[in-house]
Amino acid sequence: MAMNYLELARLTLAEAIVVVTALVVLGVDLKLGAATALGIRRGWACGLGVVGCVVAVAWLGVGAPAGSVAGGMLVSDALTRWVKMVLLGLTVGTLLLSGRSTFSVHVGEYVAVLLLGLVGMLLIAGTENVLVLFLALELASVSLYILVGFNKRDPRGTEAALKYFLFGGMAGAFLLFGLSLIYGATGAIEFRAIALKLSTAGLSPLLMVGLVMVLVGLGFKVAAVPFHFWAPDAYQGAPTPAASFIAAGSKVAAFFILAKLTVVAFPAVAGYWNWSQIAPGWTPLLALVSAVSMVVGNLAALTQRNVKRLLAYSAVAHAGYVLMALVEGKTLGLFAVTFYAVTYAITALGAFGVVSLVEAGTGGSDWEHFRGLSQKAPGLALCFGIFVLSLAGIPPLAGFFGKFYLFLVAMSVGGGNYGLLWLVGLGAATTCVSFFYYLRLLKVVFVEGPEGESKPWPKGGIEFATVAVAAVGVVAIGCLPGWVLGPLQNALVAAGF
Amino acid sequence: MALTWTIWISMLGAVGVYLAGPGNPARCRWIALMASVAGCVAALVGASQVGVNSELVTLVRVPWVKILGIEFHLAADGVSVVLVLLTGVAAVAGILFSWNVSLRANEFFALYLLLITGVYGVFLSFDLFQFFAFYELAIVPKYFLIAIWGSTRREYGAMKLALYSFIGSALVLVGVLAVYLSSGTSSFDLVRLADSGVPAAVQTWAFPLVFVGFAILAGMWPFHTWAPTGHVAAPTAASMLLAGVVMKLGAYGALRVGMMVMPQGAMLWAPAVATLATVGIVSAALVALVQQDFKFVIGYSSVSHMGFVLLGLAAANPRGVSGAVLQMFSHGVIAGLLFGVVGRMVYDRTHTRELTLLEGLGLARALPFAAVTFTLASVASMGLPGFSGFVAEMQVLTGAWQAYPIAALAAGVGVVLAVAFTLRVLQKAFLGPATTVTPEDATPITTPEKLGAFLLLGTSLWVGLYPKLLLDWIDGGLGSPAFATMRKVLGWP
Repeated sequence: MAMNYLELARLTLAEAIVVVTALVVLGVDLKLGAATALGIRRGWACGLGVVGCVVAVAWLGVGAPAGSVAGGMLVSDALTRWVKMVLLGLTVGTLLLSGRSTFSVHVGEYVAVLLLGLVGMLLIAGTENVLVLFLALELASVSLYILVGFNKRDPRGTEAALKYFLFGGMAGAFLLFGLSLIYGATGAIEFRAIALKLSTAGLSPLLMVGLVMVLVGLGFKVAAVPFHFWAPDAYQGAPTPAASFIAAGSKVAAFFILAKLTVVAFPAVAGYWNWSQIAPGWTPLLALVSAVSMVVGNLAALTQRNVKRLLAYSAVAHAGYVLMALVEGKTLGLFAVTFYAVTYAITALGAFGVVSLVEAGTGGSDWEHFRGLSQKAPGLALCFGIFVLSLAGIPPLAGFFGKFYLFLVAMSVGGGNYGLLWLVGLGAATTCVSFFYYLRLLKVVFVEGPEGESKPWPKGGIEFATVAVAAVGVVAIGCLPGWVLGPLQNALVAAGF
Repeated sequence: MALTWTIWISMLGAVGVYLAGPGNPARCRWIALMASVAGCVAALVGASQVGVNSELVTLVRVPWVKILGIEFHLAADGVSVVLVLLTGVAAVAGILFSWNVSLRANEFFALYLLLITGVYGVFLSFDLFQFFAFYELAIVPKYFLIAIWGSTRREYGAMKLALYSFIGSALVLVGVLAVYLSSGTSSFDLVRLADSGVPAAVQTWAFPLVFVGFAILAGMWPFHTWAPTGHVAAPTAASMLLAGVVMKLGAYGALRVGMMVMPQGAMLWAPAVATLATVGIVSAALVALVQQDFKFVIGYSSVSHMGFVLLGLAAANPRGVSGAVLQMFSHGVIAGLLFGVVGRMVYDRTHTRELTLLEGLGLARALPFAAVTFTLASVASMGLPGFSGFVAEMQVLTGAWQAYPIAALAAGVGVVLAVAFTLRVLQKAFLGPATTVTPEDATPITTPEKLGAFLLLGTSLWVGLYPKLLLDWIDGGLGSPAFATMRKVLGWP
């Protein structure tokens, strides 16, 4: 099959824009040189990054064609474009939060690596081919390892990066091995070809091993139990803007590809888990991982005294909720999961933005640094309250509708016999547990008074504006979920789901 | 329709108060008072617009989340109108009784009005999703009101209350999803769900989830333990609202979602509910009899009186259910007043609620107004004729007598016990010898407190002397199309 290079260029233009931006950022930073004030260099680097992302969004929004090359290696349809725009938007948020961070003098490299990680995520969202998927995942992962360890002077960051890298390397090996087993069983590397082969071949022990290994690899990316051990250390050790990138952008990409694999590649080996009746396959694995993630994530979060670690364990728990809806295994699951991943990412981005500002104001992210925040910085505390309550699933915030929808989808599995009621019940019970630590965190912020002498709170500027926009977004999506659901549904329909 | 405005006014009031800033408590109070009075007026005007009839009046109905068939659907029948009126009255009284709040006043009144917003929203919601959203919205402000402005073990009490509420709503959530999915309507419209006939097999297990989930908030034994600790920890206004309207949210949800949508499940589980309600009435009254903390007595008395609401619902006959709704109104007014006297008039002055210490103060001489108010409120609470409690509990008992005579007899014992613990606390708290009174203990009762007391006492007296008005509304409401399926299944005339 002859490849049309013009077509290829048009399909990858968004990624190309981001790569070029990364190179330009490096070049400009080099030109400015070490003699230029750090603030100016940061402004240039982040500003250029934002411009690049906005241009890419504009291209995806108006000009990008639909199509696919080389049997699904690169796919561009309404859905992938929508997800890519979300990823770009989240990266813009991360860049804006990084605008005044002081963790490194290598700002050009920082922004460039961030953008390269973004390219990996864009490719993840835009492929239906397991080879490209693996390469894109590695590109994104390697960038994230670097970002976590970017503050060389912080031993905690270095430790976290090493841990993340070793775990990630292992997970990558599992994923690759699993994919090769699936290739061995089906002889195909495209999602749809795999699905076609599986529908006649059925489930073999070898394939089952392959599925488990794929789940190990992707479970690592979404920080599901038992592949979550890197998350608390990485979240805590990473520079906070980088942590927000891990918590927001990379989660959206990983959940999306997991959902797409479930719906597009593995429907023939889905299996089921209705009460005591289990047919082995992909979704019982998801259900199992979901159940342990919800339990372990929420219980472990109870004992955390550092807000970043708490958010990490809360992310583990949320991975459990998302996987619960994914057990449905059809378009509805893809829909609910994508919606939830997006609302969750906005919330997490905002929450890390607040953490970043509090670190700037008080020098840390432990509980004592948040104590009495509502009296020191009422606006910031209000935003933080909105994010935390949204994570807890309180109306009228985005997290409420998102979680409601996940539960609804999971509950609809099995038709009239509510086969997944056990998982829904577990989810509801662990949600109650989560209220305890979310409320206790809010107690620290709102109920307890500030200690010691009060320094004047630093002005937030762009960072605070970003956080405020995220907070408004969380409220708006919560009040009118149709604003996101509608376009997402149109994209799904246009993409043929 | 004016009823819709109750929600918007409270919401705008919350925002307005918050923006007034922490520096000026007086301005915050006045904004909050104006917002709550406006809400109360809107409730009254709206009630007269709806009128006494057996119709379901749609106020607002617009699509909200189309793919799931969720609508923003506000409507009212007689039952909702009665409870909206209660909310209006209780909200005004609560603000009058918290006129002395000055710590972070803007946040206090903003959370207060946010809570009221959620409560109005629940009483007017006829879309199940929206109902649930408003219901959860009302829980969060309670936590902060208690944890920040509360007294004894406030953080423990606030967390306990919040967790119990959330556990309840988690149960409700599972039930709600089951109802939605099994009805086959692709709609969260409460009336349509009720008419569609949720399959009996689903009702069997979904009804107890929904009913218990809501009844936790109504203080159903044995899930009531959050109520006394929460009340004791709460600041005056919050405990007034808790007892006055929030516990009614639970009872209302149990009726509106539990019984109305799943009447077959209600029939099946009614004996169990009646048993739990009766045990609650008697045991909470016995516990109240031995409490040493003034507020704990009132807290347990609340649980006991709310047992009558649940008993009326369990009776599942017209008299029992309408009595239950009237008891919601009546207890909301009376319990609000009792907590107002204990928290604002007594505790804020004497800084103690220990009955042994209060006994030495002889507050009847130092604070005659408080003593008279509490005596009248006690009389109303004991269910003596002339006040609303009598009519309501009489209705419930006659209804229960038809369905479960033994439960009715046991609940009758509960009434006697209520007299005992109320008289005991009245005697200990107010009628002891005055030996250790300080001038601070005898600070004169302020005008806002008097106004609040008059408002609540007047309401209770008015309903007690002329119960027909509210009863007509309630009976009209129970005769509305919304309850058609329930009436048919329960075999009402």
